[in-house]
Amino acid sequence: MKEADNSVFCPPGEIHYNKNTITRIVAAKGQQMDIELTKEDDAFRAEVRRFISEKLPRELAERETVGASGERGALRRWQKDLHEKGWVAVNWPRQYGGTGWTPMQKHIFNEEMAAANAPRLSPFGLSMVGPVIYTFGNEEQKKQHLPGILSGDVWWCQGYSEPGSGSDLASLRTRAVRQGDHYIVNGQKIWTSYAHEADWIFCLVRTDETAKPQEGISFLLIDMKTPGIEVKPIISIDGLHHLNEVFFTDVKVPVTNRIGDENKGWTYAKFLLVNERTGIAGVPESKRKIAHLRKIARQERLGDGTALADDLAFMTKLSEIEVKLTGLEYTNLRIVADEVAGRPAGPSSSTLKIVGTEVQQALSELAVEAAAFYAMPFQREHLMGIANEAPVGPAYAVSVTSAYNFGRAASIYGGSNEIQRNVIAKAVLGL
Amino acid sequence: MEFALSEEQRLLQDSVRRFLEQNSPLDKVRLAAGNTHTVQRSLWAGASELGIPGMLIPEDFGGMGLGFLDAAIVYEMFGRYVAPLPFLGTAVMAPLALMLAGSEAQQEKWLPKIAAGEIIAGVAVTESIGVREGAGVKAGKGTLTGKALFVVDWAEADLYIVADSDHGFHLVLPDAKGLSRRALDTIDKTRSVGELVFDQVSAEPLPRSSADAVARVIDAGRVMLAADTLGAGQMMIEKAVAYAGERKQFGRVIGSFQAVKHLCAEMAAALEPSRSLVWYAAHALDEVPGDARLMACHAKSHLSEVGRFVARTATEVHGGMGFTDLLGLHYWFKRIGFDRQLLGGPELVRLEAAHLQGWAA
Repeated sequence: MKEADNSVFCPPGEIHYNKNTITRIVAAKGQQMDIELTKEDDAFRAEVRRFISEKLPRELAERETVGASGERGALRRWQKDLHEKGWVAVNWPRQYGGTGWTPMQKHIFNEEMAAANAPRLSPFGLSMVGPVIYTFGNEEQKKQHLPGILSGDVWWCQGYSEPGSGSDLASLRTRAVRQGDHYIVNGQKIWTSYAHEADWIFCLVRTDETAKPQEGISFLLIDMKTPGIEVKPIISIDGLHHLNEVFFTDVKVPVTNRIGDENKGWTYAKFLLVNERTGIAGVPESKRKIAHLRKIARQERLGDGTALADDLAFMTKLSEIEVKLTGLEYTNLRIVADEVAGRPAGPSSSTLKIVGTEVQQALSELAVEAAAFYAMPFQREHLMGIANEAPVGPAYAVSVTSAYNFGRAASIYGGSNEIQRNVIAKAVLGL
Repeated sequence: MEFALSEEQRLLQDSVRRFLEQNSPLDKVRLAAGNTHTVQRSLWAGASELGIPGMLIPEDFGGMGLGFLDAAIVYEMFGRYVAPLPFLGTAVMAPLALMLAGSEAQQEKWLPKIAAGEIIAGVAVTESIGVREGAGVKAGKGTLTGKALFVVDWAEADLYIVADSDHGFHLVLPDAKGLSRRALDTIDKTRSVGELVFDQVSAEPLPRSSADAVARVIDAGRVMLAADTLGAGQMMIEKAVAYAGERKQFGRVIGSFQAVKHLCAEMAAALEPSRSLVWYAAHALDEVPGDARLMACHAKSHLSEVGRFVARTATEVHGGMGFTDLLGLHYWFKRIGFDRQLLGGPELVRLEAAHLQGWAA
């Protein structure tokens, strides 16, 4: 990778700081950040690059670049390769199959993955339920579920939202009634991404109707093959099928599938939400998109033959977003540093979620702007990566509008940004 | 100009509103959206009974002889109901091109047919706004060669009006030899655009063509798109406010939360002043030629931005429901998105405005 691609965008003529310089400056200022590039770090970076160049299928990276979803089989093979190398669960503790890396190594790894356009692995197992299982689950549960999550053989989906319980998640009404060694589950979940492809679902269910809403919820792991589960597609604004409704009718779930204590599910649910929100912030992905946009800006010619990169208005917008994103990136590092030092990360995930999704939406907006007229065509085959002919307009333009449209969801899912502001007002500002 | 609609204009708008409310409800739009590249003939026939295809066409040619402000308030209603009809090309841009640049014979031949709603007229002017990737149309001796993208009202057109790269308009028949036509699916399924590829296609020039005529056709198109966004945006606000009044979380309707109230209020505060801009831009096309081009740029770029803000915010207020196909809010969202890009995105149009005012080299 060229050094320039690693750099923070500055207007021409100004000093070009790159990531390493800034890292050193930050470290030199004596902040409580245990990050300094050592020889070992450089060697590690080289190792990561070598692995990527050997293992990452070119086709997956290309599809990621233009925003088309990767083919499932290829994604699975990529996860397998990462798993064999022991690099699939960057943030997990080593004893459960994680890497045990230093924050700097994690940072380097994420940076290299993003720079190489490596697709993001499905977060439902690795980032969401996995940590819940190794933190709150029992030995049996860890043994049963963690290996499948790491290898990618078992795909998970998330049963949180319900038709009447979105922002007010704790009001959820899917009921689990104890019957001997089982719970009988009845109710409905909604917005369940990839339920139609998932093997298991982690579910919040009501186990006590009389307690305060937050105190009557349990956290269940449910095999999607259990009789009584029905999945119905929800077609979203991009015309594609990612989302579902999941109906439960007298679904028998062994009590041993419950994580932790009965009626304590809210605690585990919130733990997961913090991880979810941090993931939603999608900092590495946005970073990659900025690099990609900058490349487009250099290639794309306007009517008068000049490059979009010469358009100061466009580049200023890009630069503003990059500044915001850089702030987020270092906030991420700060959170990691806090975690390492045993200080609670707290509600900073709400800030990350708001700013991260704003950055994503602003970037998707700029991509539409770059594509101009070519933002209009809707090319389903190209979006799904199954097209034979060349697209109308440049390849990058194929997905820009779908990404922009579906990207509206980012300020809504994982707790709407309005809800995140309430969290900040209450938990950070004490209002 | 008295800065209000006349009694006749209010009646016109009301009758179009009633017509679309009854004849183009969302389930009809949905069906039409599955067949983007077919014309909804019965709906267009109904619109023809109201005189809509010929509203700008002089009475001598069987039209109503109305002005652009009238057309704008009609298209506002089309936007409001995301009407899947070929209004922009057929009722506005094509008749205007014929009136500005056509010969008497051409006018006599085509305008009455358009006015009667008998024919659909597609319009290819995108190449006059910004050429990319080998598109562009060159005129030879009575022929056209090249490629026109994003041809408005492409579907089932009986006639195309095509601008070449030297500001000449031409009439092209859809069955002309050497013409290939390719449908283009876009994000907006309520209007049809497509591609025309010309290989020595015989074409009939409009003899009074000029750069000014092409520009005026584009100006008119832009004002109409702004009006469409105005109507679509207004509807999105109404839908968001209604949803905020129904949807309950934490035991109350979400519209009772200040965060949601402000989202709704911000939309209203952004859109309402834009209405005056659209009206004035349309009025200028009729009556203030010196202002017309600049106002068309202003209306197009401003409504693009306001429209996008409203589209997003209304979607946000709807929560998850907002981006489902089921609720259908996305038809409005995409209509506004399409309006933004067609005939020049706001960035490009603002630059044009700067040039017009001598602010940019």
